[in-house]
Amino acid sequence: MITLDELLEKDRKREEDGFKRKIRIGRIVKPVRGGREKIVVVPTTVEEKFVHDEISLEEEGEGESTGGTGDGQEGDVIGEEPIRPSEDGEGQGEGDGEGPGQGSGGDHEFESNAYELGKVLSEDFELPNLVDKGGKRTLVKFNYEMTDKNRGFGQILDKKATLRRIVETNMSLGNIPDPYAIDPSDFIIAPSDMIYRILSKEKSYESQALIFFLRDYSGSMGGKPTQTVVSQHVMLYSWLLYQYHKQVLTRFILHDTEAREVEDFYKYYSYKVAGGTKVVSAYRMVNEIVEKESLARDYNIYVFHGTDGDDWDTDGKEALVELEKMISYAARVGITVARHSYAKSKDTEVESYLKKSGLLEKHANLIRMDVLDEDAEDTRIIQGIKNLIS
Amino acid sequence: MQLIDQHVKGIMEGCKQRARDAGLSFEDESLEYIVTNRDMIELSPKVMIPTLYDYWVHDVRVISGQGMYELYPSNPYETVINTRPPISYYNDNNPDWLNVMIFYHVLGHIDFFQNNLFFKHTWDFDFNGQALADKRLIAKYRSEKGRWVDYVIEFSRAIDNLVGYHDHVAGTLRSEGKRALGKLDYYFDIFLQNEKKVIQSEYLKEIDRYNKIDHNRLEVVGKDATSQENHENGAYAANAHDKNITHDTNHGAAVDLNHIYESNGSLSGTKNGNISKEDLFLIDVRIKYPEFDSFYSRYIEKKEKSRLDVVQYILKNSEFLKKDENRWMKSVIEIIRNTSLVFQPQIRTKIMNEGWASIWHEMLFMQDDRIKGHETDFAKVNAGVTSMPKVGLNPYALGMRLFYHIMEMENRDCYSFEYFNLKDKVKRDKFDKSKKDNPGKKGLEKIFQIRENLNDFTFINSFIDQEFMDKHNLFVSGKRLNRERMSWQYYVKSRKAEDYRDMIINTLYHPPVIYVDHKKTTQGPLYLVHKFEGKPLKRDYIENTMVGIEYLWGRSVRLETSEPVAASAETPHQRFINFWNQPKPPSPSAAQPDNKKEITWKRVLYVMENRKLIKRDI
Repeated sequence: MITLDELLEKDRKREEDGFKRKIRIGRIVKPVRGGREKIVVVPTTVEEKFVHDEISLEEEGEGESTGGTGDGQEGDVIGEEPIRPSEDGEGQGEGDGEGPGQGSGGDHEFESNAYELGKVLSEDFELPNLVDKGGKRTLVKFNYEMTDKNRGFGQILDKKATLRRIVETNMSLGNIPDPYAIDPSDFIIAPSDMIYRILSKEKSYESQALIFFLRDYSGSMGGKPTQTVVSQHVMLYSWLLYQYHKQVLTRFILHDTEAREVEDFYKYYSYKVAGGTKVVSAYRMVNEIVEKESLARDYNIYVFHGTDGDDWDTDGKEALVELEKMISYAARVGITVARHSYAKSKDTEVESYLKKSGLLEKHANLIRMDVLDEDAEDTRIIQGIKNLIS
Repeated sequence: MQLIDQHVKGIMEGCKQRARDAGLSFEDESLEYIVTNRDMIELSPKVMIPTLYDYWVHDVRVISGQGMYELYPSNPYETVINTRPPISYYNDNNPDWLNVMIFYHVLGHIDFFQNNLFFKHTWDFDFNGQALADKRLIAKYRSEKGRWVDYVIEFSRAIDNLVGYHDHVAGTLRSEGKRALGKLDYYFDIFLQNEKKVIQSEYLKEIDRYNKIDHNRLEVVGKDATSQENHENGAYAANAHDKNITHDTNHGAAVDLNHIYESNGSLSGTKNGNISKEDLFLIDVRIKYPEFDSFYSRYIEKKEKSRLDVVQYILKNSEFLKKDENRWMKSVIEIIRNTSLVFQPQIRTKIMNEGWASIWHEMLFMQDDRIKGHETDFAKVNAGVTSMPKVGLNPYALGMRLFYHIMEMENRDCYSFEYFNLKDKVKRDKFDKSKKDNPGKKGLEKIFQIRENLNDFTFINSFIDQEFMDKHNLFVSGKRLNRERMSWQYYVKSRKAEDYRDMIINTLYHPPVIYVDHKKTTQGPLYLVHKFEGKPLKRDYIENTMVGIEYLWGRSVRLETSEPVAASAETPHQRFINFWNQPKPPSPSAAQPDNKKEITWKRVLYVMENRKLIKRDI
């Protein structure tokens, strides 16, 4: 069976022959109860042919028709599905979601796959290695703890474990004929039955990077802009995961006119809403979180924001203030503008106020902007990542 | 992957006997394999044909299929492929009784494959064996030419939905295999009317003249003619072609159709007589119009040319493929084209095929005495497969219910003129003309006819009626945004049969009709014309598809198609035009205020040159 690497290798050869690449890195997401989704990274490809397109035939806010069966008059509502998925579980999620070390099943699976993807991206797509800001912190600290047990020798005798061991040995030797009348003086005790606590080196990981993913989920983002942004964010996440040897924490924030934090990637990527857009809301939230939890001290903070460039705050007065605050602590702020195809050459609002502000030149090492078309291909998206992080 | 064991095979042979007794017909041999879920994942990108050629897209699908399985493990029960002998696969964790149920389902499919006329071109060869030979050929080329073989496969697959499937299958159905009219028909239908534009009286005079010859000559050839009578009955495909001029005065296509459906209708045609009659008649025609023969041969030439599909046209005319070093590409393209042709009928008969298999597994399993004790298990699995979803479509369920419905309607004789004329709902409900002696026979015959002659489109279009809708409580469901509640609401959009029909027809496979404009192509670039049917082409796919065509054609390619004007910004409310039915005048029944706008369409020309795509207005 051919492997993913071999497929990608073949795909790269297409460029030499003058054809576009065809394989995209896709992902399958499965929501799991409790909010820890599973994600599997898979290659995907589309076989392009001449096919009919479904033009949107319905009025605005009307979904696709399909069949159905059951009672009800024409016009009767037979079911309902909330646009924002229910917020159940968010409350209970808070307790265990706080802080580092959520190493349980679902997360782990995503991470291991995302890590693989990050490796592929770094190696196959030649993404640059990370240039860190300032003094690099150690990734791994060693603590000496008395948690390990050892038979035969050690620092402290674990009496309970030792006694259990002795009883076991004697039972198997047939030295305890009546379990209700045990005489400890008859016990045969071997040196290897003695169980000690032993001083041992424990790795304790410290999270190094904290990434904020910000996404505009307003009405205008529907469809391709969202796909492009999410695609890029998945790859960014995977790549950082690889760069930081999995020592990455993520926070997900969605915004329309208001910002909200969601606790996992699945929600981050699947929520949609039909509202207006205020970019500042998200920036402000990031700043608040960082301040409140005093994260700036402990982490390399990355903020990535994906938008289609719309902003009701057209000259970005508020947004720029928050942005300046943000770059005072962030290692990198990367803003992706996935431009609508009908917006052809004109700068979007976000683009124009960012350009005007001069932030991009003044702090070129801290803030970057990447403008791409809403239907950009993977290679372009990866190029975008390079722009954002190099 | 291993053959099923002898015990189960024994049970299955029993199933075959019972299925035959019930009227299904299929070849004796069949192959059954036990497969694991993993096997299924690996086979499905190859459309379950184990011998299909290797191609990297299949590998991509396998890897993503495995990822999908990791998250959503599933247990497909069975798959059948249309080969000689037919091969079916069974999941290795199916219990025996389930395999019996499945086998009845499989027999339904096999019967369908081997009797539905849309599959006729697949009847005479074993695709599995053919595919193996193709696979080896492609492997050989790959060892010589490397990844360029994959490019040729890719580019051929990019146009493999433009194959002339209908012409191909029609060619196997028509005994002479040609589509052009005979000389006589040409004379009356085209030559006189279109070329010479004679006035009506003269036209009728000519018919008259022809009929007179008939009377004079009949005595001479009469004996011959009767001996031909037997030959004609039965082979109705041939009848459809041999239009009988003595019999009908209008030469419309409708007459042809009647002949197809009334294959037993008495045709007083004298096939043999026609030949000599025709010759005699044409002698005078040639005297009057000496140019007739050259007109006719030009017509034939034109007919043949314009019937080539895009792939065939490229194969025949591409200068690039004619070069010695590129000749191997032709075989690859042929392979892709033939493979596509084999799968075409499957996509176009999905609802019927699944419905047919489901109705038979249900009827046959229930009658099978050997599986007593598994009725509840059966009921559970069967309900899972054949229940109608509250919202959504299930082709198994829909097809099965429609077959049952047709049977019932036919048994009551509801497809009669009398029923049609009955407007009273109560009387309609009570209408029952079923035969006393064998009430179920007529309906059964009807569905056997349908499985032989129809495909999904004709099946849905002809038989979804209001009775069917009412009986199963069906409706078209819509989905709309409720801004106050911030939710999607599902609602009953329509309970009208025609709306339901349109909704389903809209989901059916219908590739765009694209053909080569030969005249414009002779100037150099390949000139493709998209026949507009109310839907535009998917714009994102046009570029890469045309890159491929340009490669195979060896020079630039043009595509003429239609696009909506200013669709994105100004008219978000676009009106959809149903391309099967011509746009109807707005009916008063459309109660909602129609704030939908008509889209205006314009023709545009895509030009692909040196792998760069430009768009021009025409």
